[in-house]
Amino acid sequence: MRSMVEGAPTKEKRMASTTVAEAPPRPPLAKRLQESRGFLSFGFMLPAALLLLVFLTYPLGLGVWLGFTDARIGRPGIFIGLENYEYLWDDSVFWLSVFNTLLYTVSASILKFMLGLWLALLLNENLPLKSFFRAVVLLPWVVPTVLSAIAFWWIYDSQFSIISWALIEMGIIDHRINFLGDPTNARASVIAANVWRGIPFVAITLLAGLQTIPQSLYEAATLDGASRWQLFRYVTLPLLTPIIAITMTFSVLFTFTDFQLIYVLTRGGPVNATHLMATLSFQRGISGGLLGEGAAIAVAMIPFLLAAILFSYFGLQRRKWQQGGGD
Amino acid sequence: MASVGIREVRKSFGSTEILHGVSIDIVDGEFVTLVGPSGCGKSTLLRMIAGLEGVTSGQISIGERVVNNVAPKERDIAMVFQNYALYPHMTVAENMAFSLKLKNAAKAETEARVQRAAEILGLVPLLSRYPRQLSGGQRQRVAMGRAIVRDPQVFLFDEPLSNLDAKLRVAMRAEIKELHQRLKTTTVYVTHDQIEAMTMADKIVVMHDGIVEQIGRPLDLYDRPDNLFVASFIGSPAMNFLHGEIGSDGGPAFHGKGGVSVPLNGAAGAGGGTPVVLGARPEHLKLSDDGFPVEIVVVEPTGSEIQIIGRTPGGEEIVANFRERHAFEPGQTVKLTVEPNLIHLFNGETGKRL
Repeated sequence: MRSMVEGAPTKEKRMASTTVAEAPPRPPLAKRLQESRGFLSFGFMLPAALLLLVFLTYPLGLGVWLGFTDARIGRPGIFIGLENYEYLWDDSVFWLSVFNTLLYTVSASILKFMLGLWLALLLNENLPLKSFFRAVVLLPWVVPTVLSAIAFWWIYDSQFSIISWALIEMGIIDHRINFLGDPTNARASVIAANVWRGIPFVAITLLAGLQTIPQSLYEAATLDGASRWQLFRYVTLPLLTPIIAITMTFSVLFTFTDFQLIYVLTRGGPVNATHLMATLSFQRGISGGLLGEGAAIAVAMIPFLLAAILFSYFGLQRRKWQQGGGD
Repeated sequence: MASVGIREVRKSFGSTEILHGVSIDIVDGEFVTLVGPSGCGKSTLLRMIAGLEGVTSGQISIGERVVNNVAPKERDIAMVFQNYALYPHMTVAENMAFSLKLKNAAKAETEARVQRAAEILGLVPLLSRYPRQLSGGQRQRVAMGRAIVRDPQVFLFDEPLSNLDAKLRVAMRAEIKELHQRLKTTTVYVTHDQIEAMTMADKIVVMHDGIVEQIGRPLDLYDRPDNLFVASFIGSPAMNFLHGEIGSDGGPAFHGKGGVSVPLNGAAGAGGGTPVVLGARPEHLKLSDDGFPVEIVVVEPTGSEIQIIGRTPGGEEIVANFRERHAFEPGQTVKLTVEPNLIHLFNGETGKRL
């Protein structure tokens, strides 16, 4: 319309328009910021970043800082360098808790993995009432830890334990089992409780992984002559590895930092046999009031956790067959 | 290699019967396609031959052996799946060698057989790749390679080309056919695409709603369809159908809706007044002054031929193909006729060929 009214542009006009195109006037700062992708994405990330800073970075930083001070409850404390760590280095209870934590984490994780995988495979079959069983399996995970820990406390009670009672009634044993009073029994008992609680997470996550494996692969392998064990060995297991890696990394982290179960069941006893690093840190830092030393114990957990994460990141990251061209 | 016999086979899922007594004889070395619309039971039948589905009643035999209760891996068959079903965590070579590995075959023999199959299919440069790194056509070839390595009695293909684009599909079609001519292994091939069925098969089995409509060689099915379903299913564009009855006033003739009249051969004039359906293939329609009138709706030039879609005075749709380059215009009325010996007549009630 416009060119029809004005007619063809003159030579001057065309020249003028080329100069304008070469050096457009800078739009105002506010407008430029509004259109800048970098600035916008920064703006959108700000709320999340703020949350992380306030609720994650600050407490973590404070914990690390406290580990270098002699703070007690009610006293700010001053910087004492590595003194807390030097003290812990010579503290046999601390080393016992490290041993306990590793034992607890390794044995509970292995059991959780094996039982969880077994359960996942069972639930993946065409059972009657399939969804009912899947829901039931989640129960231990849904119940608050403290509640289930109290239930276990009763199950493990030296006087009223249902296990002792049942075994005596069946005539298998003749005296009550001292579940939480004997160091070995206590360790086994807390591990069993942790396994009971952790299986649903492993089982349901692995079940989700199992369901991503196409049925036709099993059919193809069946026609190729695979037995049921070979189907598991050559199809299920390799295709499930990525999910197993992620699931077990999380499971190990949860187990390593476990606190509630031990605190309710044994408080670290008997004679520190079930003290984990987390419970020892709480006992020294909050109950004992030695904030600095408690913080140092908590900080000492970080290298182990980092090692677990790095192991899963480098050792179990995406396999070669998962990489490369899309579908 | 072996023959495959399917006798009165029925299949039910729960109370729903989806195969109602199917009998097919497949000769040793034959290439048979099972073709039909979705849900006709063709894939189920194939999976029953493979042993992935049980047989409700009837009998399936491979060679001399009845295999109803034989486990899939004992049947000595190989199957190519629609989604290829390649093991994603194995290389091409490992995928192809998997069945031999399970049999604990000697390493040298395994390698030789994989190499031979890879050479046949042009997969040698891809042997160390993973399935994800392959294109659709290459994956398809690996799936076939996996079957070839087994050297089975029977190849089963379950719509193997339906995930490929049109151009690749035509190329793979020829490749599978060539492979069969080379290996001469009995093949059962399931497809819903009648062109695939026509071009590849020695023998076509047309299935519909769990029954076999017709079994025959591709051109026999095209030239002499047994019933309306086969007539409409085989051939593209599909056969034209005009509904009407046979009259015998002044020589046998077909009288359709809207005054359409087509002269018939003497023999076809059985029983005047019975309702019939007249079928005529699009390429058999010719321009003729004494034909029935058709008003052109759409003209579609394809280059090699001109296709018109039009309507008879009775409102029935007619598709006609011409090799000659006529100058048709939409809205124009042309007169079309069919040679009496190229006309297909079907019973208007039962749909059976007359």
